[in-house]
Amino acid sequence: MDPRVLDSMLPYLMSYYGNPHSRTHAYGWESEAAMEKARQQVADLIGADHREIIFTSGATESNNMAIKGVARFYKSRKKHIITTQTEHKCVLDSCRSLETEGFRVTYLPVKRNGLIDLKELEAALQPDTSLVSVMTVNNEIGVKQPIHDIGEICRAHKVFFHTDAAQAVGKIPMDVNDMKIDLMSISGHKIYGPKGVGAIYVRRRPRVRLEPLQSGGGQERGLRSGTVPTPLAVGLGAACEVAQQEMEYDHKRISQLAERLVTKIMNEVPDVVMNGDREHRYPGCINLSFAYVEGESLLMALKDVALSSGSACTSASLEPSYVLRAIGTDEDLAHSSIRFGIGRFTTEEEVDYTVQKCIHHVKRLREMSPLWEMVQDGIDLKSIKWTQH
Amino acid sequence: MAASSRAQVLRLYRALLRESQRFSGYNYRTYAIRRIRDAFRENKNIKDSEEIEELVNKAKANLEIIHRQVTIGQLYSTEKLVIESPGNT
Repeated sequence: MDPRVLDSMLPYLMSYYGNPHSRTHAYGWESEAAMEKARQQVADLIGADHREIIFTSGATESNNMAIKGVARFYKSRKKHIITTQTEHKCVLDSCRSLETEGFRVTYLPVKRNGLIDLKELEAALQPDTSLVSVMTVNNEIGVKQPIHDIGEICRAHKVFFHTDAAQAVGKIPMDVNDMKIDLMSISGHKIYGPKGVGAIYVRRRPRVRLEPLQSGGGQERGLRSGTVPTPLAVGLGAACEVAQQEMEYDHKRISQLAERLVTKIMNEVPDVVMNGDREHRYPGCINLSFAYVEGESLLMALKDVALSSGSACTSASLEPSYVLRAIGTDEDLAHSSIRFGIGRFTTEEEVDYTVQKCIHHVKRLREMSPLWEMVQDGIDLKSIKWTQH
Repeated sequence: MAASSRAQVLRLYRALLRESQRFSGYNYRTYAIRRIRDAFRENKNIKDSEEIEELVNKAKANLEIIHRQVTIGQLYSTEKLVIESPGNT
């Protein structure tokens, strides 16, 4: 978390402990004021009105609310949803659960560079499509989808457009009116805020209706019942405000560090592939595949650096990333991929250290690899028959 | 109210850097120092006294935030990162 965020939260974890929904005493009023200030801070970051921001427990909940909520509300007339194959697990899973309820879902494929084909999106739209859900920045390969264009298409066809902007909000400029976004998921801990809080933007004009997931006392305009966790909401608000102030500075710096990392590695080590479009991306999320090296072994060797071979939400599974599979990465290259995350607090020293260790271990692991030996001898691995019969 | 003098601004700058050095967390420490230097450098040519006053007030508020967070960090400090050991960079 950013120290400025923690600083803003602490009073609400200690002295200002009132329930923001208690209308009858000062404890409640001051908590409510803080919550509403935070709401405005979130709204300001994305160009929305404060009445369009609902606090949730995180982007996963926001995604669930958007997809299931909209689909179910309009189910009497609309039974079709469109999303992509590279969405976050919670989006894909929500869609799958809707399929068991009788909805039809189109999972759009992506091109080799990770971007969707706009013509395919338009062709997939049907008269009974209620929602299109496409994430702004992918959490595994960092690719940035053409949100402006998707918004245009959806608006023209009067279909609601939801975007999971967890990795984009506060890092690249987002404006819900500019981009014609109707629903947006926001995550606190992706922008140096606390874990356990997020928000969902729900457009009021034209009104987007959704069936609430969580029933109860009607908090958050009836869309998300439950006591709003004031300290966490305050943290999210502060994180958004800081992100807005620091966006340009951070983006410039992170781009430089990312360039440094990729250039240094690729100059020293051959057969490294960057997954995802080189241009349409967020620089702070880099996914590289090191041919002829097993990804998990490399990660083990680099254990004093916080890296991953997929993303936190899929780290328990042994399967290679479905995102890499969707962009057409070969099975063996998918197993050899590492995701490097660079952020506001990353130092040049950390980048250099990681690069140095990475180069060292890639070379070491390749020395040990019989596949690498064969490649050096000029053998085409694809031509090998691995079994006798 | 007298406009902030050059000496005042410099004093504030040094105070901010000095306080930031006390962060026990590597990433917070390096970020604070870097950000303060870059911010002061970026604004060094501002001439409008109102703007200067505003920036000075922001800097004072940040100094207090840093002071509080430095103290908390020291109460809850952890092991040094691998990158902080000598000979590893």
